[in-house]
Amino acid sequence: MTIAQRINLGLSRVPIWLVYLIGALPPVWLFYLGITGGLGVDPVKAMEHRLGELALQVLVVVLAVTPLRNWTGVSLVRFRRALGLITFYYVVCHLLVWLVLDVQILSQIWADILKRPYITIGMLGFVLMTPLAITSNNLSIRKLGPKTWKRLHQLTYATAILGAVHFVMLAKGFQIEPLVYLGVILALLAARIKIPQRRAMA
Amino acid sequence: MAGRYRSDLKWSDVTPKAGWLNRRELMAGAGALAAGAIAGPAFASLGAKKTSYGSDLEPNSFEDITSYNNFYEFGTGKDDPARNAHRLTIDPWTVKVDGLVDKPGDYSFDDLVSGMTLEERIYRFRCVEAWSMVVPWVGFELADLLNKVGVQPGAKYVAFETLVRPDEMTGQRRNVLNWPYREGLRIDEAMHPLTIMATGLYDEPMPKQNGAPIRLVVPWKYGFKSIKSIVRISLTEDEPPTSWNLANPREYGFYSNVNPNVDHPRWSQASERQIGGGLFAKRIPTLMFNGYEKEVAGLYSGMDLEEFY
Repeated sequence: MTIAQRINLGLSRVPIWLVYLIGALPPVWLFYLGITGGLGVDPVKAMEHRLGELALQVLVVVLAVTPLRNWTGVSLVRFRRALGLITFYYVVCHLLVWLVLDVQILSQIWADILKRPYITIGMLGFVLMTPLAITSNNLSIRKLGPKTWKRLHQLTYATAILGAVHFVMLAKGFQIEPLVYLGVILALLAARIKIPQRRAMA
Repeated sequence: MAGRYRSDLKWSDVTPKAGWLNRRELMAGAGALAAGAIAGPAFASLGAKKTSYGSDLEPNSFEDITSYNNFYEFGTGKDDPARNAHRLTIDPWTVKVDGLVDKPGDYSFDDLVSGMTLEERIYRFRCVEAWSMVVPWVGFELADLLNKVGVQPGAKYVAFETLVRPDEMTGQRRNVLNWPYREGLRIDEAMHPLTIMATGLYDEPMPKQNGAPIRLVVPWKYGFKSIKSIVRISLTEDEPPTSWNLANPREYGFYSNVNPNVDHPRWSQASERQIGGGLFAKRIPTLMFNGYEKEVAGLYSGMDLEEFY
């Protein structure tokens, strides 16, 4: 048995509900830290940023599933739906913290969405993600047909780019971290285009 | 110049010392002692003159003020300065005074502040990022310093520079900004009695993450104008280049007066979040000139504040 097969065997024993459970915890934990003083003197921003980062991090894992399988044979495909829904959950929490705890003022929220490009882009990413979350179930795959469903879910690529660009645009000065996220996401998307060609040649 | 502000507020009204005294503060006190800049007991009290400007304001805790800082020389995270600033050597400290002055030269910290009257000034502090604090600074009026070195008639601006020392200021190893950090004021802004050179807060020597040993505080402007850890003061005829303006002129103007009616391109400046209010703190409206309109609006009469943001 190859290493990849052994890892896959191990992974096959991990129940999906465990992934959902673990994924559900960070926002709850952050909220707990926020009300008990564990997030420093500006818990609103700390929560907002941490949740946004978490969403990007899980999204990177989601995008890595296909290249990882192509390169190493290790398959996380079983967990992809759970990871996608967890990403959406983090984005919703991130958005809620921004709306309810940060900006607070309804008219201001709408003005920000229209006037501030980085917020417009972030919102667009969220809007594009919503149908993906809604159709992340077997019934939707059956109703839409696997082809249409798959094409629809390629919107993930757009949301990932929008999410990373949103992060790059809100940085002050020249900062490395957001650019690293954008670079990794673009690389993972590029890997998707190139890998099948290389395989065909080999 | 000193002592012109009076009100009923006493220093003892602010916050019980026991309430904010903590390990970090102990370290700050010890650091000040080691630096030898201040002779005194373990908690080196500056013994600043008890003025009470800002009697209507409730200062943030020492913990708030010293754990949440924008000081990119030590990293871009708000908690980076508190973690990294301990590496900074502040003794000896020399400030070069040059340009259109009668007495240019390299002034040691002690020479620079000798003859100055230290005062307490409780000021609002409004960051361009739309958060705010209230800080009980200790310092002296910049005007007193400028008068001491003698401003020549042709001087129209004051330029400031922060130390560059990447060994100690680890954030300077990356070009987040074009170091050294630079700021500037028009001469009338610099001479305004609200403008101070701060050497401490909460009656203690300035914590390193807040800009030790000496920094500028201009309470009616966004916080980034209040340059920290100053090593150079130049009197100039022309408007000096300033760091954030160089980095992004569309977003950060030379004046950068707090103005709820002129938005930052990426966010509204109409309101602010007060640090220290916890997870559910309500936003409060931002005040024109950060609440110092009565005192400073005259400096800008006839100017279009949307053009000169």
